[in-house]
Amino acid sequence: MIRVEHINKTFQVARRNSGISEAFKALFHKEYECVKALDDISFTIDEGEMVGYIGPNGAGKSSTIKILSGILTPDSGSCQINGRTPWKERIAHVRDIGVVFGQRSQLWWDVPVIDSFELLRDIYSIPMKKFKENLDELVTLLNLEEIIKTPARQLSLGQRMRCEIGASLIHSPKILFLDEPTIGLDAVSKIAVRNFILDMNKRHKTTVILTTHDMQDIEALTRRIILIGKGKILMDGDLESMKKGSSVDEVVVELYKKYEI
Amino acid sequence: MKLYYKYFLIHLKSIFQHKASFLLTTIGQFLVSFNVFLGVYFMFLRFNKVNNFTYSEVLLCFSIVLIQFSLAECFARGFDTFSSTISNGEFDRIMVRPRNEMLQVLGSKIEFTRIGRILQALIMFIYGIMKSNVTWSYGRIFTVVFMIIGGTVVFTGIFIIYAALCFFTIEGLEFMNIFTDGAREYGKYPVSIYGKIVLQICTFIIPFALVQYYPLLYVLGKSHNEGYIFFPILGCGFIIPCYLFWKFGIRHYKSTGS
Repeated sequence: MIRVEHINKTFQVARRNSGISEAFKALFHKEYECVKALDDISFTIDEGEMVGYIGPNGAGKSSTIKILSGILTPDSGSCQINGRTPWKERIAHVRDIGVVFGQRSQLWWDVPVIDSFELLRDIYSIPMKKFKENLDELVTLLNLEEIIKTPARQLSLGQRMRCEIGASLIHSPKILFLDEPTIGLDAVSKIAVRNFILDMNKRHKTTVILTTHDMQDIEALTRRIILIGKGKILMDGDLESMKKGSSVDEVVVELYKKYEI
Repeated sequence: MKLYYKYFLIHLKSIFQHKASFLLTTIGQFLVSFNVFLGVYFMFLRFNKVNNFTYSEVLLCFSIVLIQFSLAECFARGFDTFSSTISNGEFDRIMVRPRNEMLQVLGSKIEFTRIGRILQALIMFIYGIMKSNVTWSYGRIFTVVFMIIGGTVVFTGIFIIYAALCFFTIEGLEFMNIFTDGAREYGKYPVSIYGKIVLQICTFIIPFALVQYYPLLYVLGKSHNEGYIFFPILGCGFIIPCYLFWKFGIRHYKSTGS
């Protein structure tokens, strides 16, 4: 259960015009501009729900995920996840969550994937029996049998992403944050990843929060979408009721136009 | 501690994947510091003494500093390269794992190639012992051990400060090298030769002299103050303000866009 109330977050961004003289000026006097990354964000997500969190680049999706996963501290507002405030009780909180950053790897580059999994077992202090069960399940569902003994650097992107998702779920988290999990994947891998996420949600009632630019992901996985633009939540609702026959892509373009983002 | 051991193992496994690269870097490390050794050697062909320290005494001092620095670099390399850990987003990953951040940063990098430099320092150390006429007693042996431990801790502390600064800005931190690589280079000679002011800075601000100059005096028999044996242990206290500064910095962590 996730409850987010009135979260605000601003970043300072250094700005200067192009050109060497401007660069020189910036040496002595930097001009900062405050950018409101998140502006009064509130929502609640129930246990076992799958939510698509969408919006254009720079809208504040990643910042939200980072606050929910305890990486960033917001300027104001409150957030309760399973009764905890992420940035105050970071260690207790992150035991219950899994995070996949689509663009970054969490596997140890030079060693076979199984070694990474075993190190994760120690990091999360998972009991041996539980670890074996989870590993068996993940290996079967994600079809990792063949690749788990290969060093991560030699895997293809699709294979690696399957391992990344496996690595994020090895400690059986209650909540899974997926930040663009299908970016750059081919059709077969995409569908494999989607089916797996659906499956995990059904089996373990894992709450899934998904950010993506791929509308097929949204269509395949979630019923509810939250639309964010320029740091504000613009819409929070049921996908089906908005579609009315048109495709998801069209719906989203329509929404972006309507809110001028 | 158990987790650190596991990190240790995974780095060892990585090395086995790249044997040639490991060997070459290790040999490189060995040769680089051998060069510095030659520098000291040629200088002493011209001068017999530097500020009352003979060639072999300087060698002892230099080799101990080199061991301290290499050990710190071997184990605390994660802090030394922390700016890249932040800029490539690795630190986000550390934050979503349920373990102490410092332990994870320590475990993120272990630089085994520094063995090359430690080996070179050991050779120099043994050579220095044979040449200098130090009569070894338990007290002196302990002092050397304390010096190595204390020095490793002090250098680690400097690396931690450097890393904590990265929470505020990633650019323009090269000046910190004065305290890391610089301290190693200047540490060749007992701090006293640089004058009183430097000695005081190195005693009270960055306790470098506590792990180098004072205990060295005792080892070489230039001073009989037995308190100097424990000065390196005192120097270890440096890690506490470093740790607090790190804790302060982590609250300012801003992450990078993705």
